[in-house]
Amino acid sequence: MYRNVFGEKVSRRRYKEMLNAAKNRRELIAAGLTGRRDLLKMGLLTASGMLVAKGGLSARAQVAATPSTPQTSPGSFNVCQPGNQAASPPTRAFIEPLPIMPLARTVPASSLSPAPTIAPNTAGGEVRAASHQAPLLNSGMFPFPPPRVYQVHQHAIQVSQSPDLPIQTIWGFDDGFHATSPGPTYQANYGISQLVRNINALPPVNQNGGFGMPSVTTHLHNGHTPSESDGNPCDFYPRGNFCDQYYPNVLAGFNSDHFPTGDINESLSTLWYHDHRVDFTAQNTYKGLLGFYCLFNEFDDTGDESTGFHLPSFPQFDIPLAFADKVYDPSSGLLAFDLFNLDGILGDKFLVNGRIQPFFEVQPRRYRFRLLDTGPSRFYQFFLTDLTNMGAQNPFFVIANDGNLLPAPVRVNSVRIGVAERVDIIIDFKNFAGKTVYLENRLRQINGMGPVPPQGLVPGQVECSDAFGNLLSDTVPAGQGNLLLQFRVSGTPVTDGSADPNIDHITYYQLPDTTATPRVTRTFRFDRLNGQWSINGQFMDCNHFRFRVQQNSVENWILFNATGDWTHPIHIHLEEHQILSRNRVPPPLAVERSRKDVTQLHQNERVLLFFRFRDWLGKYPIHCHNVIHEDHAMMGLWNVEPHGDTVLVP
Amino acid sequence: MTNRSRREFLGALGVAPVVAGGLSMIPASVTGAPVASAADRAQEQAREAARLRYFPNLTLHTQDDKKVRFYDDLIKGKVVTINFFYAKCDDVCPIVTSNLVKVQELLGDQVGRQVFMYSFSLKPAEDTPRALKEYAKMHGVKPGWTFLTGKPEDLERLRRTLGFTTPDLRADKDVTNHIGNIRYGNEPLMLWGATPGMASPEWIAESIEWMIRPDAIRLPHRHPADRPDNSRSEHKHHEHPPGDRASHVG
Repeated sequence: MYRNVFGEKVSRRRYKEMLNAAKNRRELIAAGLTGRRDLLKMGLLTASGMLVAKGGLSARAQVAATPSTPQTSPGSFNVCQPGNQAASPPTRAFIEPLPIMPLARTVPASSLSPAPTIAPNTAGGEVRAASHQAPLLNSGMFPFPPPRVYQVHQHAIQVSQSPDLPIQTIWGFDDGFHATSPGPTYQANYGISQLVRNINALPPVNQNGGFGMPSVTTHLHNGHTPSESDGNPCDFYPRGNFCDQYYPNVLAGFNSDHFPTGDINESLSTLWYHDHRVDFTAQNTYKGLLGFYCLFNEFDDTGDESTGFHLPSFPQFDIPLAFADKVYDPSSGLLAFDLFNLDGILGDKFLVNGRIQPFFEVQPRRYRFRLLDTGPSRFYQFFLTDLTNMGAQNPFFVIANDGNLLPAPVRVNSVRIGVAERVDIIIDFKNFAGKTVYLENRLRQINGMGPVPPQGLVPGQVECSDAFGNLLSDTVPAGQGNLLLQFRVSGTPVTDGSADPNIDHITYYQLPDTTATPRVTRTFRFDRLNGQWSINGQFMDCNHFRFRVQQNSVENWILFNATGDWTHPIHIHLEEHQILSRNRVPPPLAVERSRKDVTQLHQNERVLLFFRFRDWLGKYPIHCHNVIHEDHAMMGLWNVEPHGDTVLVP
Repeated sequence: MTNRSRREFLGALGVAPVVAGGLSMIPASVTGAPVASAADRAQEQAREAARLRYFPNLTLHTQDDKKVRFYDDLIKGKVVTINFFYAKCDDVCPIVTSNLVKVQELLGDQVGRQVFMYSFSLKPAEDTPRALKEYAKMHGVKPGWTFLTGKPEDLERLRRTLGFTTPDLRADKDVTNHIGNIRYGNEPLMLWGATPGMASPEWIAESIEWMIRPDAIRLPHRHPADRPDNSRSEHKHHEHPPGDRASHVG
């Protein structure tokens, strides 16, 4: 009997292909045969430079070459690789444990050299746009230096992303105690401000390993952050320089409509940090520059299941999960990035917390998972799959959207997110005791345009298809999507101190009121003009600020998708928004009646958003978070100022 | 785009100026010499992989009817810009071309020395070297910017390889709908980005400058509400009002 990497029975012929693929690849790597002449000699390369689709170089290449026979085995990757992208080498799944990112550790403020300053220390190598607003505003509330200080180097790290691939040199964050990618997780608390010294210690520019710009600016995604610490795309700095980023960890409204404590209903919870270097964000985040920032409060979202909302305790039962899809060079096995892509990049390998298809041993109880789509361009629709009972719906609870606790938990069979969106879910493994279940992505996506339309694909309209060509749906049947993460559920019963959303009448945070009259309603038309991604016909330009929002005012923004069949995850910095309507109808999904910082702008859609811009001043961007679109200018800068303008189409 | 951009080019590409602030902040374990040699090998491998994937060494013709090889003569070892156009295009091309003329002016005598600009024909059958030469002359193109034509199948291969395509097959066949972006890159450093051809010439030029001096510091714009402080009061960016299109990095 022959089995594939998923432990399933396969034919003898298929098994031989798999073995050949692995053998060929090992031989190539062992012999150092990656040069053109060597490959030519081996007969693996044509004179024109294309890799020969030699049977066995990649087992997937053969499957992909015969789309008429859908590959239906669980965990198969139905990815169309456009253009000249070769398929990744085969890798085994679910043989290595899920990495859990370490918690970031503080250092004494006195250990920073040079000492942190409120004004940017330009002479000392700091690149920061302005003085720290928070301690200047209220030094009692925001002391300087703050109670928690971190010093983080960004540098090259060597990691294993699969035992079937060589060691990868990627970029990560190092807090002085751990150097990882995703970087160390910040366990932050409301009421305790913190400073992160971010030092660019990346390799020299001539050692980027094929892609990546060693010039950085680290954005705290969804932070209610003063602009000088926000990680603006234009505030990047080269190696040898640093930026001190001051995170006040304060509730929105503290200096405006909910003086002086802020609005508890604006509590944030699952944030993440990532590189935001203008034009190079896709490469730099793909190379590893990202991590989690979990923000707790002392009342409700405490991280302790015996208090507050009784959410599963952090970090034992509250697990951040960073999803990424990547491609590896079939000859070298090294991480590859398509440098010449305008539309969006899809990978055929799925990583969770930096490892390809890991497993996670869980107890038969409730867990909170913080799901993050790190991109570059893929949308996910997560299902819980039991391969021994494919017909079953395995519901779970969504408790937070973009890291913001909902008014109440929402029971779902699946949840869909786009790049940079987060969704916190509670899975109760009690009913799966002793079993193995999977987190599965069943969403069909074949290129950078976004998920296929709900009615399926129109044959011949796009460059490539998937193995489900004629399926009239945007999702695939259970077990035929991408198995991302395997849960091995222990059979030993345990006590569970967390609240059960199934039986308890749980409520979290009420949505802030959205009836206030907007000072101005602005329109943002997301378009594609001759392949040039634009907002209102204009392009990203670090020297051009498009409009001025008045501090502590209400605005409505209309996001209009003029790109037809494309879907864009639109992100706005500083303040969260609520979706008032999609095509003039309130959002139909309960999970979307929430506070958001990324809104999926679906095909041919017009979305109306409600904002309150409070507390901080300065420059922020609005942009598409398909990072390929973002890097190709689908972004605009604006300012928050004491006096705003009323430009309607900025 | 004056003093900074006209500085002497730094010898071999990739040798960066030591910038303000301490490289001492980088731990020794990160800068150790053995790492560098392994990284050098990895770099050569990655460069070779990029060459195989993106830069077929096709024979093309310049506007002076000179034969050139795409990789050997145009790309290898250079900082370049790449765009696609055709001479009789009256949609996006005239805007992009006139933008690039301004970019060429802004980059000054770096063009042809540190930066090489290339425009590839989408209609090589009608864009003869002579037609390209007329086009270049009409737009006031200066040396260092080369227009290229060749066999239609070769130009089509380049267009696809370099990603000047759209996944919608109908749109991709419509040449008036062609991609108006400009690729900029540094081949030996494997730095590649892109900018819309209709972006402001100053912004396009600044993006290209990153490829020449990737380690240069770009002092960030301050926001208008920020109070001046001692260390930065001499910096000029914050004096520009927001929305002032004319304000650019000097």
